[in-house]
Amino acid sequence: MARIYIFKRFERFWHWAQAALIIFMLLTGFEIHGTYSVFGWEKAANLHTTAAWTLIGLWLFAIFWHFTTGEWKQYIPTTRNAVAVMKYYSTGIFTGAPHPFRVTQLSKHNPLQRLAYLLVKLFINPLIWVSGLAYLYYNDLAASKIAVLAGLPLGSIALVHTAAAFMMLAFLIGHVYLSTTGHTPLAHIKAMITGWEDQDEPDRESTTDSARAQASAAS
Amino acid sequence: MSFPPTGALAKVAIAIIFAASAAAAPAVAAPPSSTADHSKFKELQQNFQSGPEVTKACLSCHTEASKQLHKTEHWKWEYKNAAGQLLGKKNVINNFCTSITTNEAACNSCHIGYGWKDNTFDFTSEVNVDCLVCHDTTGNYKKPAGLAGNVVTKAMELPPGSGNIIKPIDLKKIAQAVGKTSRDTCGACHFYGGGGDGVKHGDMDSSLASPDKALDVHMDALGLNFACATCHMTERHQVPGSRYAPTAQDKGEAHVRGKDYTTNPTTCQSCHGQAPHKKTAKLNDHTDKVACQTCHIPKYARGGVATKMSWDWSTAGKMGPDGKPLTIKDAKGHPTYTAAKGDFVLGENVVPDYMWFNGKVIYTLLSDKVEKSDQPTRINHFEGSAGDGKSLIWPVKIMRGKQAYDPVNKRLAVVHTAGNDDTAFWTNFNWEKAVATGMASVGAPFSGKVDFVTTESTWPITHMVAPAKNSLRCNDCHASGGRLEKVSGIYIPGRASDHASWLETAGWAIAVLTLLGVFGHGLGRVIASKRNK
Repeated sequence: MARIYIFKRFERFWHWAQAALIIFMLLTGFEIHGTYSVFGWEKAANLHTTAAWTLIGLWLFAIFWHFTTGEWKQYIPTTRNAVAVMKYYSTGIFTGAPHPFRVTQLSKHNPLQRLAYLLVKLFINPLIWVSGLAYLYYNDLAASKIAVLAGLPLGSIALVHTAAAFMMLAFLIGHVYLSTTGHTPLAHIKAMITGWEDQDEPDRESTTDSARAQASAAS
Repeated sequence: MSFPPTGALAKVAIAIIFAASAAAAPAVAAPPSSTADHSKFKELQQNFQSGPEVTKACLSCHTEASKQLHKTEHWKWEYKNAAGQLLGKKNVINNFCTSITTNEAACNSCHIGYGWKDNTFDFTSEVNVDCLVCHDTTGNYKKPAGLAGNVVTKAMELPPGSGNIIKPIDLKKIAQAVGKTSRDTCGACHFYGGGGDGVKHGDMDSSLASPDKALDVHMDALGLNFACATCHMTERHQVPGSRYAPTAQDKGEAHVRGKDYTTNPTTCQSCHGQAPHKKTAKLNDHTDKVACQTCHIPKYARGGVATKMSWDWSTAGKMGPDGKPLTIKDAKGHPTYTAAKGDFVLGENVVPDYMWFNGKVIYTLLSDKVEKSDQPTRINHFEGSAGDGKSLIWPVKIMRGKQAYDPVNKRLAVVHTAGNDDTAFWTNFNWEKAVATGMASVGAPFSGKVDFVTTESTWPITHMVAPAKNSLRCNDCHASGGRLEKVSGIYIPGRASDHASWLETAGWAIAVLTLLGVFGHGLGRVIASKRNK
């Protein structure tokens, strides 16, 4: 079985730290929202704010990392193979068909992943980030000389922030589930921990195995 | 070395001595700061036979004092508000004892003058100004109800025929000991508004005469020990901070010595400024919407004295099985019914109501129409809204009442309550007679019929400021069903009624559908993998 190193050390750290922070912020965020009581409002609000700044710091590092390493290119959307991947997840996965997408170091996300992650990075994250900071600095906005910002009601800011949180929650559920769709339920998760992805399920695709291994080694 | 134990012992000893002396005579603690010893003044070395005689002596040195007092609300009991309404005790009808007119002899024992027994009182008289009621330091100066603010210099029976003998007071001694106003002198009237200790305000009662820190962080007798005038900084006898001219929102800086300010010195901000929270800066983000009092006065009537929450005059006049006026008391011995006054509901440690307040208070006066269909009649109400830019969320006491009105002329009734004549309600319990006398005295029409309307009055809660550690916590308001549940026009994180229901529905629906989707998909994979094997 071929193994390929696709997730670098910082990338893995970033992923898991971000995962922990996002789950924690969903937990505390919906408490601030008034959905339930776990920590108590005051503590939830303080923890949420601390986690927010930590996540912002992490994002700054991650953005820096993406651009300096060129890894940002992993998220350029493509339609190539997209229909095939969609077909795989809707039917092929049940019939034992092979995954139409081959992971390489230069292209580690399938077309659907690219699209989903891009959506998170360019839409949900900024929405949360901007609305969250506006929420935090609402008083300064209200006191500002810029009429558009000064006139923003807290309710609207909170509405956008909450909507973004729901989007993140839906993404999280889907993402966690899809992480179990490797050739074994834990394969993708293992890869995200160790950095090494098992290329193939040898018993099923033994005929093409060596060819693909060579291809990936060459790339 | 034995310093630590000795030091500790000394501390204990000092604490004991201090506690003992404080309990015995708190006034002895500091030497007098005044440069005048009034006992050495010849003018005061005489056996005064009446209050005005003392005032005459005072005025021989303090030549302008009465002229200053004549301009004050304490003297005039009259105030014209920004809306042009003529207010003050002289004019308003409240839902406690209702009004002073025709009851002056009783009520006006709290006037800072001598002899206001009816509407013939001379408001230009300088000797009728009562200096001692505010400047007494002995605690012996008393103005019994029924004497129109006069004092007793010879033993007398009050009320006449009651067998209740009032002892005379020593005006000479009192006059020679005059000093600054104190919690006791202000409290002699202001703690007892509405006819008894703590009755009216809820945040002012006799427990503030010598409060501990938990009751009032500023007036703490063993701590900051503020007098009333520490905040109500008085110049030319004009006491600022009247609730008739409230400052709902103070955006000014903390007052600095040497600078002239025209703003109200009694606001929290006049000392604490705009950003008083040093440790938790986020709290400063609340001051644009929330009055300091809202968080820092978690409850009122906290000092062990109950305040009246409602007063139903309509049930007054019942006699007991013995044929005498009925009195019913609660477990603590506080009356909840008296024949003279009707039914009361008392409250201690009361959570305030909260509302937007912009400083404007509108009253229902004698001249205003009262519709029984429009209940409760608002004796007064606070104006304000989330959006007017002038309002803050304030804690208030809502006093609920049921009181006499004329159903034909649709006016609140002026009731002749106290007096030794045939028409006084407390003499013969006849509403029609009592209201006839009351209305006639103010020249108001009276149909001869008396009915009762429910009323509400609103009182700002601003005293009994608790130490910071006892102030409200976030979740007191940031919650559903919290303290500010009924305050509208503002988004409060954590309050479910502020949620957009479409977003809640859509958000949770998407989350649940996603969850169901992945479960279905996963189940499909499990089944498929079993079949494929």
